[in-house]
Amino acid sequence: MFSFCTDPQSLDGLPWLACYLTTGKHMAFYASFGTVLILLAITAPVALAFGFLGATAARARFRPLAWLGKGYIAIVRGVPDIAFFLFFVIALDQAFEWIRHKIKCPDWDQPIRQGNDFVVCPAAKLPLSTSPQIWHEIYGFFLAVLTFAIVYGAFSANVLYGAMRAVPKAQLETAEAYGMTPRQTFWRILVPQMWIYALPGLSNLWMILIKATPLLFLLGVEDIVYWARELGAAKQARFSDYPHGDWRMWYFLALLIFYLAFTKLSEVVLARVTARLSHGQATLGGTGRSAAP
Amino acid sequence: MSCWETIADYGLRSIGIGERLLPRSDFTLCQQFTLIGSGLIWNIYFGTFALLFGFFLATALAVGKAAKSPFIRKPSEWFIFVFRGSPLFIQFFFAYFLFLSLKSVSPVFDPFTAAWLGALIVLFLNTAAYSGEIFHGALMSVPKGEVEAADAFGMSGFTKFRRVIWPTMLRLAWPAYTNEAIFLFHATTLVFFSGFPAWQQRGDALYYASYFADKTFNPFVPYPILAGYFILLTLAIIGVFGLVNRRLNRHLPDAQKGRMKFRPNVIR
Repeated sequence: MFSFCTDPQSLDGLPWLACYLTTGKHMAFYASFGTVLILLAITAPVALAFGFLGATAARARFRPLAWLGKGYIAIVRGVPDIAFFLFFVIALDQAFEWIRHKIKCPDWDQPIRQGNDFVVCPAAKLPLSTSPQIWHEIYGFFLAVLTFAIVYGAFSANVLYGAMRAVPKAQLETAEAYGMTPRQTFWRILVPQMWIYALPGLSNLWMILIKATPLLFLLGVEDIVYWARELGAAKQARFSDYPHGDWRMWYFLALLIFYLAFTKLSEVVLARVTARLSHGQATLGGTGRSAAP
Repeated sequence: MSCWETIADYGLRSIGIGERLLPRSDFTLCQQFTLIGSGLIWNIYFGTFALLFGFFLATALAVGKAAKSPFIRKPSEWFIFVFRGSPLFIQFFFAYFLFLSLKSVSPVFDPFTAAWLGALIVLFLNTAAYSGEIFHGALMSVPKGEVEAADAFGMSGFTKFRRVIWPTMLRLAWPAYTNEAIFLFHATTLVFFSGFPAWQQRGDALYYASYFADKTFNPFVPYPILAGYFILLTLAIIGVFGLVNRRLNRHLPDAQKGRMKFRPNVIR
């Protein structure tokens, strides 16, 4: 990157470090922080939408739909989220390929599961084996986002379901007394009022989501954990211009500090948002409740 | 090969007893049930010991965070912040590589790079931080009247803490602490995916489940088995903690008893 980096062997001390930290690989490492932020930016609203659907379904008067919603919420109770991550990545991929297989190759007569293999016709492969590398990466990232949204959607469904029940019953009864239909009551009375009850839970969820981002590594995305392991591992002079020992500890220390700073920042911002939104509300928080931890 | 033989061969495989080689092909349902269940031993080991040791450190942290002296308060606050503010996954990686570097300094650190000790230490510190925060919250909401009553009885210092404050703190914290315990057990599945090697393929339940999913390329069998085991484990935790909750609340009239509610607010 710098002009004096042309001959790494001659450098030492700070210039060496400056050159080392600006190699192409390191640029990819820094870019992967962007991957994390993009994942958060996409996942948070999608998970919230999933949660909203789940919570609404759990409240439905149509029983099977309510069971579906409650079942979706309940999955977070008993099973580790990591198991869901590992499961959904393969399961979603196979589901997509299976659907495409049914549509694109209707006259394929061999079974899809042959012993220990999952075989679909070449046209149904996702992404197509001929497509460029970037599509493979985008597809992997898309699967990761969807997995995150499904798992954390269940968490936010739990929060929103609780928030919907926290809205005072009298409000809903008044709406009914005014002759509003259930749909109107839901959209005009319940939904606008539930957010303040949901906010502590949702800020908590945001923290959970931040702390779940390193799990991208398990989903096969080249994220910060991947690069920290790669770059930190011992490099020999034969293979690299910048040989060094096992520095993985320091790379992970840097990640640790990154996450601490990120959660601290979120904490401060969320505390402000909570204070702003509670202002003037007829809840205890209106008179100075501390924000969610 | 009958299912009983499989259980005899693989039932304790995760702790190194029984058949040395994992099944390679023609996986039966029985093998998957047995091996994943065998891996659960590790989850229970990590969870139980981390909780047990973590409980004491958590109490100390809660009291420390409530202390007046900044020399005690600040370290407790920082400890809780560091472990609650960063992902457990990164903590595992960092600790593993830290122990790896220390190993080259002194052979004393040899066992620390193994999951049974290294990961246990991380989980212990982590759960202590989360429970410490829960206990601190409960400590802050111990009713003033109870403390004043203790004063009136002439109790002071440790006696007051041991006989009045601490039981009330536990009683108030218990529902949240139950959730913490549940999520700690769930978090133990991260151990073998985060640097710590599974020596001789002795892994936890998720390790074997993903082994089967990789080999059969069919996630629809091993993961639901794992889910079933964990739901049973969760129910067991709720049951045990419910018993303790009953004992903690035994002096209260029924209406006031704290209900055990599930809130997923302490996941890492």
